Amino acid sequence: MTTMTDPPGQGFRLSQLIYDTRYRSLTIQVVAMILLMLLFSWLVSNTIHNLQNLGKDFDFGFLWQPSGYDINQRLIDYNSQSTHGRAALVGILNTLLVAALGCALATVLGVIAGVLRLSNNWLVARLMAFYVEGFRNVPLLLWIVLIFALMTEGTPAPSAFRGDTPSASMLFDAVAITNRGVYIPAIHFNAAFFESGLYNWLLIIAVFAASVFAVKRIGHWAAVKQEATGDRPTTWYLTLGVLIVPTAILMVLMGAYFDLPSLQGFNFGGGVHLRGSLIALWLALSLYTGAFIAEIVRGGILAISKGQSEAAFALGLRPGTTMNLVILPQALRVIIPPLISQFLNLTKNSSLAIAVGYMDARSTLGGITINQTGRELEGMLLLGLFYLVLSLLISGVMNVYNNSVKLKER
Amino acid sequence: MSDTHAQTVAFVRDTMTEQQEPPLSQSGAYKWMRENLLSTPLNVILTLVSVWLIYSVLSHVMPWAVFGIWDASSLSECRTIRDELYGADANVACWAVISERWKQLLFGFYPPEHYWRPVLAFVLFLVAISPVLFSSLPRKLLAFSVVAPFILFWLIWGGTIWGPICVALGFVIGWAIIRYASPYIGALGSVILAIVVPLLYWFVLAGPLDDLLASILPIGLEQVQSKQMGGFMLAMIIGISGIALSLPLGIVLALGRQSDLFLINKCSVIFIEVIRGVPLIVWLFTASLLLNYFLPPGTNFDLMLRVIIMVTLFSSAYIAEVVRGGLAALPKGQYEAADALGLDYWKSMRLVILPQALKISIPGIVNTFIGLFKDTTLVVFIGLLDPIGLSNAIRASTEWNGIYWELFVFIGLCFFIFCFSMGRYSLFLEKKLRREHR
Repeated sequence: MTTMTDPPGQGFRLSQLIYDTRYRSLTIQVVAMILLMLLFSWLVSNTIHNLQNLGKDFDFGFLWQPSGYDINQRLIDYNSQSTHGRAALVGILNTLLVAALGCALATVLGVIAGVLRLSNNWLVARLMAFYVEGFRNVPLLLWIVLIFALMTEGTPAPSAFRGDTPSASMLFDAVAITNRGVYIPAIHFNAAFFESGLYNWLLIIAVFAASVFAVKRIGHWAAVKQEATGDRPTTWYLTLGVLIVPTAILMVLMGAYFDLPSLQGFNFGGGVHLRGSLIALWLALSLYTGAFIAEIVRGGILAISKGQSEAAFALGLRPGTTMNLVILPQALRVIIPPLISQFLNLTKNSSLAIAVGYMDARSTLGGITINQTGRELEGMLLLGLFYLVLSLLISGVMNVYNNSVKLKER
Repeated sequence: MSDTHAQTVAFVRDTMTEQQEPPLSQSGAYKWMRENLLSTPLNVILTLVSVWLIYSVLSHVMPWAVFGIWDASSLSECRTIRDELYGADANVACWAVISERWKQLLFGFYPPEHYWRPVLAFVLFLVAISPVLFSSLPRKLLAFSVVAPFILFWLIWGGTIWGPICVALGFVIGWAIIRYASPYIGALGSVILAIVVPLLYWFVLAGPLDDLLASILPIGLEQVQSKQMGGFMLAMIIGISGIALSLPLGIVLALGRQSDLFLINKCSVIFIEVIRGVPLIVWLFTASLLLNYFLPPGTNFDLMLRVIIMVTLFSSAYIAEVVRGGLAALPKGQYEAADALGLDYWKSMRLVILPQALKISIPGIVNTFIGLFKDTTLVVFIGLLDPIGLSNAIRASTEWNGIYWELFVFIGLCFFIFCFSMGRYSLFLEKKLRREHR
């Protein structure tokens, strides 16, 4: 209507840029764009000036120079002659290692604590509330430092295991907890198929994954049979066999044996040496994140209204089936997204490794490498990029999962 | 009537029986224990395990803590006293480190004769924050909340009183322009003017004005450098400034992320994702190592200020995500209703959308604040003396070399009290703001 009453022939006026909603958004964006460009050019020109003044350039060549420092905890071959790039890779793998271990343990702890906090056992529920509140309200850094101190001050020295009447003893003769770290048995191969240990393990993992897939197919076959005849065939022995036998045969073929840690001289030899720093970081991250996961699990279970389980019982489902088919699918939809964001937090928090001297990505790429080469800008950029890519990957996976379990509404 | 009755029924009780006590198994502690601790075999096992766990922890910790020694000047003196009192192999705490160094843990290296300043600042802060937290208090107190930041800054850092006043004057100018000039030059013009004029004033006029006033009337407190501050005072300063500054920034970012304007939307998304994707510790190192690269040559400003800026940016990204959740949770009808009333964007946000969205996001916002406060401990890695940094410094001294647990317990308890009370406040607020009946 208003366009009809407007005097005809009125062209574009400058004031429309501000007062006309059709053009105003454009104006705002153009102004914002200009301001943003100005800010960026200011920052970049400052950086160029500063680099010139310091006589530095912007160059990632340092990644291919020998690093000259040692890393005590590593998953791949590395020595002080290796490049800075390889040192960064060792650090990144260490970050991923502690993050993966932490996510696994934190989930277990969190689920147990979350379920137990809802228990009708008064004492257990209080105890879990105490655990959750205690860990949620005290800085993670303090827990890391505290558990590290516990690891170094509260555990026996290797010498305590020696002599006829040692004051400390190994767990099951296989695990030694000392103030220099924890020694656990290692699995070695007599007749390995490949030179490198990594490929052997990849082969085993591949076979195991194939077994898991086969087990899924068996479950599917059983379900189809049940649909057709009403009887579900007994499959547990088949499942168990398919899951274990191929991997076991492969291990025997490769001549797998346990390498137990034992006292050699002043220290333990053999087995796998997990440093106190790794253990302390792992435990602290898991306990801390576990407290948050416990709250998420509790909230997820409480979010399912009681009517759902009552309806399932009314349909004649048994408690186990009710849990599997009715409660869990709904609770998981509430639990999984915040759970993944906790995994994300744990991964980022693993950068606190600096407090215990665990050589993660921040300590190698963002620490010693920067100090030795003086390339703060490049090093921090790469480090930030690594964490960013990791976070985006995890949250990408989360979004895919979220979409697959989302309520399909009309 | 009674006769017929007596004939048909053999016995009719005509008095009430005495009320009996419930059976022993249905009352009191016995019933409670049966129901809450021993109801099923699994519960019996869980109870036994818990009792064993509690006993094994308490039997170690309680004697250690209760028989602790409070009066000594060094760890070796502590050990001498322990040997005299309990024998050499007793394991007792040496709380003397707390009673001797608690001032340092609270204030860092702040000059002892000026301890009253941070204490007074803390009290004033509580007064200023109370009308914001509790709506039952008189609204006039809010005026003090507006002035408080300048007073707190002056009390803690010292210097002449004119510095904060000159800075505050800029805000007054901006407010005055919006208040009095908008009828003449329109809303948009007055907003632009209210941003430009104070900025010009701060860059050009404020400095000389401050010097002039200080030379005429030198009122002030002795100046204290940022690097002298430490301990919980530092954690509070960084935490509270971060919280106060990141909330408005986070709300703006959340609105940006919900905005229809392509450029604004993408900028907000990139900012939020980049900040959230990288750990705070990397950002802190960036602030301490790299910030000088991005600023004009020769600029060098306070490390604490850099940390506050970084922490603010970091937690504003998290708050933006929390607030975005609240905005997305509102039914679309609310937005449409606000539009139908003819409200413009800012009015609809301020009057209709944000009050509801923020209410939904309160738990998330408080959780972010708790996280921010705990994260202030990370500044130890770039050389600021937060409580954990101070505990390292105390351990490095000859008197207290080798002391761990007492300091950890003290620091942990202090953080616990702060964070736990913040969490309880959020529960209180949630209950108060809950409008629907449940």
